[in-house]
Amino acid sequence: MKIDLTVNGRAVAEEVEPRTLLVEFLREQLRLTGTHVGCDTSQCGACVVMIDGKSVKSCTMLAVMADGCDVTTIEGLASGAELHPMQQAFMDNHGLQCGFCTPGMVMSGLDIVNRHGNEPDDATVRRELSGNICRCTGYQNIVKAIRAGARAMGE
Amino acid sequence: MYEFSYHRPASVAEAAELIANAADGKLVAGGQTLLPTMKHRLASPSDVIDLGGIAELSGIVVNGNIVTIGAMTTHAEVAASSEVREAIPALAALADNIGDPAVRNRGTLGGSIANNDPAADYPAAVIALGGTVRTNRREIAGEDFFTGMFETALEEDEIIVAVDFPRPEAASYMKFENPASRYAIVGVFVARTAAKPRAAVTGATACAHRAFRIEESLQAGFGSSALDGFEAPVDKMNSDIHASAEYRAHLVKIMAQRAVAACA
Ligand SMILES: Cc1cc2nc3c(=O)[nH]c(=O)nc-3n(C[C@H](O)[C@H](O)[C@H](O)COP(=O)(O)OP(=O)(O)OC[C@H]3O[C@@H](n4cnc5c(N)ncnc54)[C@H](O)[C@@H]3O)c2cc1C
Ligand code: FES
Ligand code: FES
Repeated sequence: MKIDLTVNGRAVAEEVEPRTLLVEFLREQLRLTGTHVGCDTSQCGACVVMIDGKSVKSCTMLAVMADGCDVTTIEGLASGAELHPMQQAFMDNHGLQCGFCTPGMVMSGLDIVNRHGNEPDDATVRRELSGNICRCTGYQNIVKAIRAGARAMGE
Repeated sequence: MYEFSYHRPASVAEAAELIANAADGKLVAGGQTLLPTMKHRLASPSDVIDLGGIAELSGIVVNGNIVTIGAMTTHAEVAASSEVREAIPALAALADNIGDPAVRNRGTLGGSIANNDPAADYPAAVIALGGTVRTNRREIAGEDFFTGMFETALEEDEIIVAVDFPRPEAASYMKFENPASRYAIVGVFVARTAAKPRAAVTGATACAHRAFRIEESLQAGFGSSALDGFEAPVDKMNSDIHASAEYRAHLVKIMAQRAVAACA
């Protein structure tokens, strides 16, 4: 089937099989490998992308369902060499170790800012991250990074 | 995942025709249950009919004392709706506590009740609030809708259009959640209505059900102490790696008491 969508601001028209998952389409067909597959069972959040401004697990959506949508992945955040404030905050606050969960954490962080503004408290960030699993960090610095990123986005 | 043909109808009538003509068709709402099931090859439909393009299935309307929520309305939309928060705050809070934000952005009311997971949250609300499930063929009383584990009163190819929720005087839902999935180990929804108290339990047995004995206890007086002598039947409770039958029976009482206290 042919789908037309916008990915990171670029118009994309591609042929996909109906059973292609959105994450497979992004990684294997568009070669945007920043979006990760941690579990493939809708639990871990490594695959979170934004569809029309809302966070979605791209392993639990068909590519054909994104026809006509505006998709943003982790690759769509930086402007050239300059990182997005949320990405910079993860770097500054040591919000990652192996980095596998990080793309999903950053996208979920942006979703938190969209809905809770620039000053989310610790409890809000932790609750909102219930669908994002990290096996390395123990979450402390992820929470710190998202709060710092949220603040920086308001400046 | 096995191959299938994908359809995206623009109306309920068109969806009904597509599913009737498919060899082994399946409706998909947000895909939050169906797609994992297909990935595990536990389902292999010939045709997937996506309800996502049908505007008439989505949205929230308040008409007098009835809150009508379209089948394709997402958990996030119900949680954020000022109408639902005003009319039935317990329902908005329930939706806000399903899974995680990304699941709430895709998962729907219709998909949740059609699936009837024994630990799902919405079925308890549909039963306790005295909701009515409207399909493309008929209306089904909420308490007659959930018939067994993953089973409902829906006939083959019947499509849920919306659920009508009457506004209660007060209501509350308390769930003891599985910390990994956020599904209910036990959840109790209680509602104080002009007619009588109503209650439903989810997570504890094969599927959500009306809790007549809790209702009887509350008839004497709508307060948590009215449930002091209540005991849930251990022999009817589920027992699994998450909780034993004894523990679930205990949780039914505690969640019911907390829900009643929260209505005050
Ligand atoms: C990580 C995770 C955590 C979750 N946690 C919770 C939780 O805490 N509590 C909870 O209650 N749920 C939870 N869920 C489930 C979630 O609530 C979904 O909404 C639910 O699984 C249904 O998904 P869906 O709406 O996308 O329906 P789909 O997966 O698209 O469909 C589910 C079933 O319903 C049928 N169907 C869909 N719409 C209709 C309709 N209009 N008419 C007739 N049949 C229809 C489909 O054919 C299919 O059989 C969780 C899910 C995930 C992935
Ligand atoms: S890969 Fe999608 S949630 Fe884990
Ligand atoms: S940094 Fe390794 S999984 Fe989160």
